[in-house]
Amino acid sequence: MPENSHESVASHTVPHGPEADRPTFWTRTRRRIGEPVVEACIRLSGLAVVAFVFLIFLFLLKDSLSLFREYPLGQFLFGTQWLPISDPPQFGVVPLLLGSLYVTAWAILICVPLGVGSAMFISEVAPKHLKNVLKSLIEILASIPSVVLGFLGIIWLAPVLRNTFGLSTGMCGLTGSLLLAFMALPTIISISEDALTGVPRTYREAAYGLGATRWQTLWRIVLPSASSGILAAVMLGIGRVVGETMVVLMVTGNAPVMPRSILQPLRTLTATIAGEMGETVGGSEHYFALFAVGLVLFAITFAINFVADLFLRRARK
Amino acid sequence: MEPEAKIETVDLNLHYGAFHALTDVNIRIPARNVTAIIGPSGCGKSTLLRCFNRMNDLVEHTQVQGRIVIDGEDILAPTTDLIALRRKVGMVFQRPNVFALSIYNNLKFGLRIHGMLSRADQIRETVRQGLEQVGLWDDLKDRLGLNAQSLTLEQQQRLCIARVLILRPDVILLDEPCSALDPIATLRVEELLRVLRQEYTLIIVTHNMQQAARVADFTGFMYLGRLIEFDDTQKIFTNPGQQLTEDYIRGSFG
Ligand SMILES: Nc1ncnc2c1ncn2[C@@H]1O[C@H](COP(=O)(O)OP(=O)(O)O)[C@@H](O)[C@H]1O
Ligand SMILES: [Mg+2]
Repeated sequence: MPENSHESVASHTVPHGPEADRPTFWTRTRRRIGEPVVEACIRLSGLAVVAFVFLIFLFLLKDSLSLFREYPLGQFLFGTQWLPISDPPQFGVVPLLLGSLYVTAWAILICVPLGVGSAMFISEVAPKHLKNVLKSLIEILASIPSVVLGFLGIIWLAPVLRNTFGLSTGMCGLTGSLLLAFMALPTIISISEDALTGVPRTYREAAYGLGATRWQTLWRIVLPSASSGILAAVMLGIGRVVGETMVVLMVTGNAPVMPRSILQPLRTLTATIAGEMGETVGGSEHYFALFAVGLVLFAITFAINFVADLFLRRARK
Repeated sequence: MEPEAKIETVDLNLHYGAFHALTDVNIRIPARNVTAIIGPSGCGKSTLLRCFNRMNDLVEHTQVQGRIVIDGEDILAPTTDLIALRRKVGMVFQRPNVFALSIYNNLKFGLRIHGMLSRADQIRETVRQGLEQVGLWDDLKDRLGLNAQSLTLEQQQRLCIARVLILRPDVILLDEPCSALDPIATLRVEELLRVLRQEYTLIIVTHNMQQAARVADFTGFMYLGRLIEFDDTQKIFTNPGQQLTEDYIRGSFG
């Protein structure tokens, strides 16, 4: 009987009585064999994930290091020219790094205030029916494939930007930033909105009870209380922006040159790998150079995740 | 013989949607005293209390009829300045609802929203006085940067009272302020209320009759949205005028 007590979860739908409480053959077998097996499976899948990440890293490292046997590391890291098919080839990663930095930074600059602002509007200001409409609209936005966005960028956004800023081409960094911002918005809005809605009602009551206006309550009490959730939303949004390839490959002009302005064609790390991998010969210097670019990307995303984690942990305290 | 009325309601009725929560409440609450509102759970005590600083405005589909006069002014009038009203009529809630901010910033928030901020040293002085009034200063003076939510529940509730006090209110509404506290903390908070009654009009909702008997000068008994009886606490507990009150006091129901 005593060892039966922890079975109550499994048998709570069964009518109670002496019959129901006696373990059947099946439950006894399951207890003896099932639990260790399930436990082993869970442990195995956990280990597999760690192993995969480690293997990917090793793979990247191995092929990248092949580059540095022929091409100096310093020249790769600090070189300002990316000319993979000239003679001799140049594999300076700086223009690509800056391209990624420009596009990402502008995308963040655009989507964070817009996203958090929209979340504030939806959770605090919008009447109930508008709130529901907006929330489903945002869900639809999130499901637009990035290729479609890139296509819209080429045929609509790029000409608009060209005319507005008087550029020679609309296929530039800003086009990419705007589209990336658009892609990150649904994540940022919906998670920030959850965080704002999750702030206990008692905080608002306390603030109103002291005579605060809606704006003061929102700005000084609700927003700070939701800050860790909002930070998580922003980090996830940024994660989406940094890792995105398709859109930037399509609309930023594909020019691996040192960018001096966001209104200029440029190229990002991700676009370079995706764009050039098909043209290289396996095992060539160029091929290994692309792996080195991948390693740089890996290092960056790792660093971002690390910092995000640090932030979140501190915010939670 | 009765002191001047600080708050007076005239035929106050309140509906939550179709639900009639307050029916023809006429109450005169004297200034600078402790008034207790007692009655069984769900009889409308909190609802009545929340009328006095118009917190019910925050609840959708609420309709209020009648008059609530505070210092000669009908606070239900559309021209009422809600911000000034809530400064003058402060509220302490059932569960201590300190903000997830530092102790210092919990107090500073109220000062800021009412434009009572002056020089930093004056704010500090105001904060010190507030904490001293509620007996927290000696314990917390070196820890004002601490998150207020790490305090004990009693300390949090005292902080909530201080948060109201530093805004220099006339009236303080307390909605079962001790229900989250242990008996000893409850007695200590009651002591604080007895000190505060010399300067403020206190209205405390409680379903604990002993508490009403201990702290209140006047007591109102409510039942099913009506104010059944209002009188000296002494009289209510020893010689009530209504059978219903007597039954409740004797513990026959509720
Ligand atoms: N927001 C609301 N909407 C609808 N009914 C409510 C609401 N708040 C309270 N009530 C109802 O009004 C009655 C009085 O509530 P309340 O004033 O909180 O009672 P008490 O504080 O005396 O326990 C209860 O029956 C409660 O169910
Ligand atoms: Mg109540």
